[in-house]
Formats: sequence, C-alpha cells, structure tokens
Amino acid sequence: MINTKIPFYRDPRFRSLIVQILVLALVSYGLLFIYQTTVSNLVERGIQTSVSFFDDVAPFKIGFSPFLEFDLGKTTYIEVFYIGILNTLLIGALGIAASTIVGFFIGIIRLSPNWLASKCALIYIEVFRNVPLLLQIMFWNFAVFLATLPPPKKSIELGFIYLNSRGLHTPKPFVDDLTNFNIWMFILFIGLCFCFWINKRSKKQFEQTGKRNSIGLYNLVGFIIFAILSYFALGSPLGFDLPVLGKFNFKGGGQLPLPLFSLWFALTIYTSAFIAENVRAGITSVSKGQIEAARSIGLTRTQMINMIIIPQAMRVIIPPTISQFLNLTKNSSLAVAVGYEEIVAVWAGISLNQTGQALIIIAMTIIVYECMSLFTSFILNAYNRKMQIVER
Amino acid sequence: MNITVASEKTMTSETHPIITISNLNKWYGKFHALKDINLDVNKTEKIVICGPSGSGKSTLIRCINRLEVHQEGSIIVDGTELTDDVKQINEIRSDVGMVFQHFNLFPHLTVLENCTLAPIWVRKKPKIEADELAMELLKKVRIPEQSQKYPGQLSGGQQQRVAIARALCMQPRVMLFDEPTSALDPEMIKEVLETMIELADSGMTMLVVTHEMGFANKVADRVIFMDEGQIVEQNNPENFFSNPKSERTKLFLSQILNH
Repeated sequence: MINTKIPFYRDPRFRSLIVQILVLALVSYGLLFIYQTTVSNLVERGIQTSVSFFDDVAPFKIGFSPFLEFDLGKTTYIEVFYIGILNTLLIGALGIAASTIVGFFIGIIRLSPNWLASKCALIYIEVFRNVPLLLQIMFWNFAVFLATLPPPKKSIELGFIYLNSRGLHTPKPFVDDLTNFNIWMFILFIGLCFCFWINKRSKKQFEQTGKRNSIGLYNLVGFIIFAILSYFALGSPLGFDLPVLGKFNFKGGGQLPLPLFSLWFALTIYTSAFIAENVRAGITSVSKGQIEAARSIGLTRTQMINMIIIPQAMRVIIPPTISQFLNLTKNSSLAVAVGYEEIVAVWAGISLNQTGQALIIIAMTIIVYECMSLFTSFILNAYNRKMQIVER
Repeated sequence: MNITVASEKTMTSETHPIITISNLNKWYGKFHALKDINLDVNKTEKIVICGPSGSGKSTLIRCINRLEVHQEGSIIVDGTELTDDVKQINEIRSDVGMVFQHFNLFPHLTVLENCTLAPIWVRKKPKIEADELAMELLKKVRIPEQSQKYPGQLSGGQQQRVAIARALCMQPRVMLFDEPTSALDPEMIKEVLETMIELADSGMTMLVVTHEMGFANKVADRVIFMDEGQIVEQNNPENFFSNPKSERTKLFLSQILNH
C-alpha cells in the first residue's frame, strides 16, 4: 500500500507559510515599537511635528544658488529645500559626467601595451580608491586649492574671468532683448536641424558609395560661425553681467565657488578610479578569440576597439558603473566638510538645527536621495537592457 | 592535379608561390615551438597539416597572418614580407582569410553584419555592394535565410559556415583553417566539410589544420605531418596514407585511423 497522505508538518508549503507568518509578525511588532517610542518621545519633549515651518522665512544665508534666486529675509524653508536639491543635482550631474570620461580614459590606459602608461594608470587607481573620500575632499580644498590660489585682490585674470581662492568668477549672460533672443533661438534650432540633415545625408552617401567624408567637424565649425554671425546680426540679444571686485570678493557675474570645485574634483578623481576598474574588467572580459577574429579580417586597432571590444565590454561595464553613479550622488553629502550648500548641508543641517523638525526633515532628505537613485538606475537600466538584448 | 613538393625548386619555378616560408623559427619563452620550417604554397594548392597536439601546426598557420610573431626566418605572402609594419600586416590580413576552431563570430552583430563589417571598413565598399556580396556568399554556404539572426541563435555548424562566409567576404587569396571542425558534433562536421570541399573545388588556395583524414584524402594536394615544431614528412595523400616514410608518421596514422 502506498500512503499518499503526508503529515502536515512535513509539507514544505506548510513550513514556508509558518516561517513567513512568524517573520511578518516580528517585523510588524518591531515597527509598532519604533512608532510608539517615537511618539512618546516627541510628546515627552513637547515637540510638535508639523509642516507649518515650510512657509517661514529662513533666517540664514545661502551663498550659492545658481537656479533659484536667494533673498535673505524672503526665502522660505521650503525654498531652501529646493535649493538644496538643485545643488545636489548639480554636483551629481557634473561628477557623473566628469568621472565617466576620466574613468574610461584611465581604464583604457590601464590596458595599454605601453608599460609606463599602464603603470601610471595603476598608480592612479590604487592611490585614489584607497584613500577615504572625506580626506580627499579636504585635501584638495584646504591643502591644494585654498593654499595655492591667490586672494581676491590678486586674482588670476583671463579676460573677464577671474580665478581666486573663493572660486571662479565669470561673466553671466542675461537676456537683453527678448524678441530678438527668441528669434535667435529659433534660427539656431533651424541650423541644428540642418546639421542633422547634412549628417544623415553623408551617412547615406557613405552606405551607397563607401566614401567617407569627415562632415562632423565641418558641421560643428559651420554651426558655431553661423551662431556667432546671427547673434551679431540680431544686435546682440544677450547682455553680460560682469564680475566686479568688491571689498572682500567679486560681486555679480556667474560664480563657481571653490567648495563646489574642490568637491567636484575629489568626487571625480575618487569615482573615476572605480569606474576605471569596471572598464578594465569589461574590456578584459572580451575573449581573446574576438580580438583574433577582428585582427584576422584586417581591422585596424582603433576600428577593433570601437566596433568589437567596446560594444561587448559595455555589457559588463554598465551594471557596476550604475552603482558608482549612485555612490557619487550620495557621497556628495560629504560637501558639509568644505561648505558646499547641497541638501544635507542646508536642509538636514542648518534647517534642522533652526527648526528642530528632525522627523520631517530627515524623512524628506531620505526620500530625495531615494528618488534620485531610483531615477538614475531606472534610466541606466533601460540603457543596459538595450545593450544586453542586442546579442539574441 | 598539381602536386608539388616544396623542396623541389625546379617544379615551382614557373608557378610563383603565393606563400614562401623560409627558415622559420619561433619560441614561446624558452620553448622552441617552430624549428626551421621551409614551406612554399602555390596558387590554388590545398595543403592539410596534421600532427599530434603541441606539434606547432596551429602556430604555423597563425604565423602566416601574424596572429603570432616569429623570431627568425621570413614569411612572404603574395610578394609582401611580414614585418612589424602595421600597414603591411593589415594588408596581408585582409588578403588572408582565417577560420577558427571556436568560430569567433561577433556576438553583438547579426550574421549579415558579421560578414559586411570588414568589406565596409577595411575594403571601403559601399554598404549595398557589401550586402549583396555577403548574401551571395551566405547562399554559397547555404544559410542565406539566417542573415538577420545573431550568432548565438545558430547551431555550431551554421556558425562555422558563417565564419567561412565572413572570411570569404574579404575575397581573400588564401584561406587558413585552424581545426575548423574540432568543436563540432559529427553531423555538423559533415556540413562544414562539404562547404570546405566546395570552396576547394572553386580553386581557392587553402591551408587546413585538421584531423579529418577523409577530408585530407579527398581534397589535399599535399599532406604535411608535423611533430615537435618540425615538418617530419610531406607527400601527396595517396603516398602519405598508404606508404608513410617515417616511424613517427606511421605511429600517428595508426593511432588516428584505428579507433
């Protein structure tokens, strides 16, 4: 006789159900405990958690706010929050762009057959990824840039551009004549479309005749000349706000404050060392047979790298590089050390100290980082899927 | 049939050899991989190279398109000597097709793109012409219907036939085959060998490293036996198989034919 009935406690489905119920109960209890402790602590200290402080005027100054106008005595806390987000996005975007370029460059040099170049890249990678980032940010800011750049009165001048220990000061364009400016933008748009059309035509011509013409460079130079000529033809629709030396520093114009520059520099160098290693891993993952096949059909070294190695290496490079991009964005919060005004500094730092609304402020900061990271990885994962599908 | 033995210079004097290898020596570190190789290959000649593993047969044909660098002696392909000159190397490579044991197709390109890549970028052919040529050659290897697929979607035999078509798209003067059937199932070996036989019949100069003795017997003008980096024996297939001269060849043939 075969007994198909098994005791319920030996049924794997029953066992897994029990485990899940137990875990769920424990987690729920933990959350409840945290919630109750928080509420009772807040009541005990007499803290009213509310969002009413959002519209209060922030009693402190924010020096760097390139996207939103900061006005001491008018700007509210919620606007400070937006300024913090925008400044974080700015350093994130600048850092990602620069570290990608530097990382790819170093990674490719690391694999160069040239012994000296390869060893220099190795030293770069091993020095910069093994020193804590905070130390590097402080090193570049205090030991290098602040120490070597001159004070405002002795600024290094390049036309209307000034470089000193406070940062880089440049003329800032503003719209002088709105109608003409709009016309200029429209003309530029048409010009851009024309360039794309020429490009497409030359690509088609290449496919049909096999003749390759380096139209890209002519296109670029032509467009720049066209842009400058049409700008003057429309009577210079842009005005320039020039930086002027004041009592302590330059006033007016656009400025790239030194903390932003130091932070950007340190984040780029630190992250690019990791990206370089990803690039190296990706390139070495392409099998030797691929390289031999590419050589055997007569491709030049550059053609082989561009058409055979890089497309295959990208599939290995992208996923860990996404993590590096996320790390860079989150690491930008170390800006507190040099005084760049991003979200942790102005929101989770100064605003929290002023208002005491820890719960709301910390929660909002977490959500901002979470959203940024998810958005970045969403975009890059889409790109990654495109690269992966290609194989079959 | 045009059967020539390299050492007999008098016979090759009227036909100019397409590949001349003289006193070729190659080392991997201290290991002497090729020892004093002398070999002339005439136009349209089919040569099968066999020998035990580690005998240097793959190294020899890889030297011909400079996938391996030799240290002594000279290799002249179609009047051009192989030196360190990158331009010369690329010229020779585009004239010498190569088929690998593991196919080495580009997995991120379609079958058609695999075939047209080099004609477009090295030969500077218009894309339309390159496409036409590739389709013609894919028809020849009997897989035109797979042209839009990726290599990963094909069987081993189909992949190897694509690899042959890819090499032929450069319209090479010589084709090198490095154990083209060693990574294949028996059924697929047959389809690849048939393609190679058709190619041989069309008059292509071929150097084939293989253990397929049936193929050697049917197609080769000359069979070369290598051992320990040296050419031990070379002869036409009838004499090579029925009447091998050296003991080493006899031993090799008895092992490879009696299993």
